[in-house]
Amino acid sequence: MTGIIDYGVGNLFSLCSSFAFIGEEAIVSSDEAVLSSCDRIILPGVGAFADAAEKLRSTGLDKFVHFCASSKKPLLGICLGMQLLFDKSFEYGEHEGLSLIKGEVVPIEPDVPKELKIPQIGWNALIFPDDKEKSPLFKYINNGDYVYFVHSYYAKHCEESLIASTEYGAMLTAAVSNGTVFGTQFHPEKSGDVGLSILRAFCEMK
Amino acid sequence: MITKRIIPCLDVKDGRVVKGTNFLGLKDVSSPVSLAKFYSECGADELVFYDITASVEGRAIFTDILKEAASSVFIPLTVGGGINSVSDFDRVLKCGADKVSVNSGAIRNPSLISEAAKLYGDQCVVLSVDIKRVDGVFRVFSKGGRENTGMDALEWIKFGLDSGAGELVINSIDTDGVKNGFDIEMLQKVCEISDVPVIASGGAGNMQHFTELFNAIPNIDAGLAASIFHFGEVSIRDLKMKLREDGINVRL
Repeated sequence: MTGIIDYGVGNLFSLCSSFAFIGEEAIVSSDEAVLSSCDRIILPGVGAFADAAEKLRSTGLDKFVHFCASSKKPLLGICLGMQLLFDKSFEYGEHEGLSLIKGEVVPIEPDVPKELKIPQIGWNALIFPDDKEKSPLFKYINNGDYVYFVHSYYAKHCEESLIASTEYGAMLTAAVSNGTVFGTQFHPEKSGDVGLSILRAFCEMK
Repeated sequence: MITKRIIPCLDVKDGRVVKGTNFLGLKDVSSPVSLAKFYSECGADELVFYDITASVEGRAIFTDILKEAASSVFIPLTVGGGINSVSDFDRVLKCGADKVSVNSGAIRNPSLISEAAKLYGDQCVVLSVDIKRVDGVFRVFSKGGRENTGMDALEWIKFGLDSGAGELVINSIDTDGVKNGFDIEMLQKVCEISDVPVIASGGAGNMQHFTELFNAIPNIDAGLAASIFHFGEVSIRDLKMKLREDGINVRL
């Protein structure tokens, strides 16, 4: 059973449909007891970092996310949910993240040629680092497979945890992992078969 | 590098996909759910559902169909048609839409763009504009291309961008259904003023037209079409293979 953390951020319809489609049980909940009984956890999120971080803290679910990491319960942050895993974000000010992955979230704009549009919206290829073994999250997909991105900020200074980048005028962080904590900047639930294969791989983690 | 997107558009009326020539003479084509699945499997990068139903009953059928499609298709879905308020945004987002496109509803109530952008984020709000040349000037048409609003298209687009529209769908009424190619001149003008993705619509008749579009306007993001895909004249897979051969970066 996969638990999807409901902390009032974003639309969980597609995520739930994805799990149903791959035949994996998933439950959306804000109840720590329910989430604790799950084998693995998804931290979703769209919108602004500060607002999402505040909602996570005010519901006390930030502690549960920390508990997942320390108890080795597999955790996958998606999009803003991934960004929350980092030390801090510079989206409209400076905001504390969960510090489960070393690095910070910064605007894409200053780091890419100015003719490129912000946000990056669309399908871009995953590039696995050649000095690391392929992440178990990607066991069913290949280097160069395409996934769907929508973002104006990206994680930086996280070389240690980097498991995939994407090229958008500069190399941008596409996915990270630290032990059993995983994060994807892109949306696996919107990335066709490749995305579903990533979710399937995550569901095999215990 | 980010790929150019190919987007089939499904005009849905009373639960069925239709497509007209110059917006008149609608023909029944297929079931939206099976067509959506088919396109997704063929490599479509995104799907647009336009609800052209006028009745309340038809709208309810549409919402059901959207839900069904969104439960089995895992690529981005944009929904348009009959979006007049933020509660309409809410209605389709809850049924699995990722983006919502506004057209006549935003013309009637321009603050809809900024209200929705604040609530759901810029990336969720797509401004769709039907444009036609009238005495040499690009004019905005509303109500599915039937009514000349008299508004200057580029001025309207600038307003939309300032209000927070995160993407533009530009449909040329002059080329729609004619199958003679996209309206490069019009699209070029729009791309010059847009800092958000621009999706070209209206006029695709064959694969070469997509190559021409992406070569003529390197910073255009996507090409949208309906009938050439629905009637099987062009398969998305073949189209993308040709685009790649022509040096255009696509997802295959």
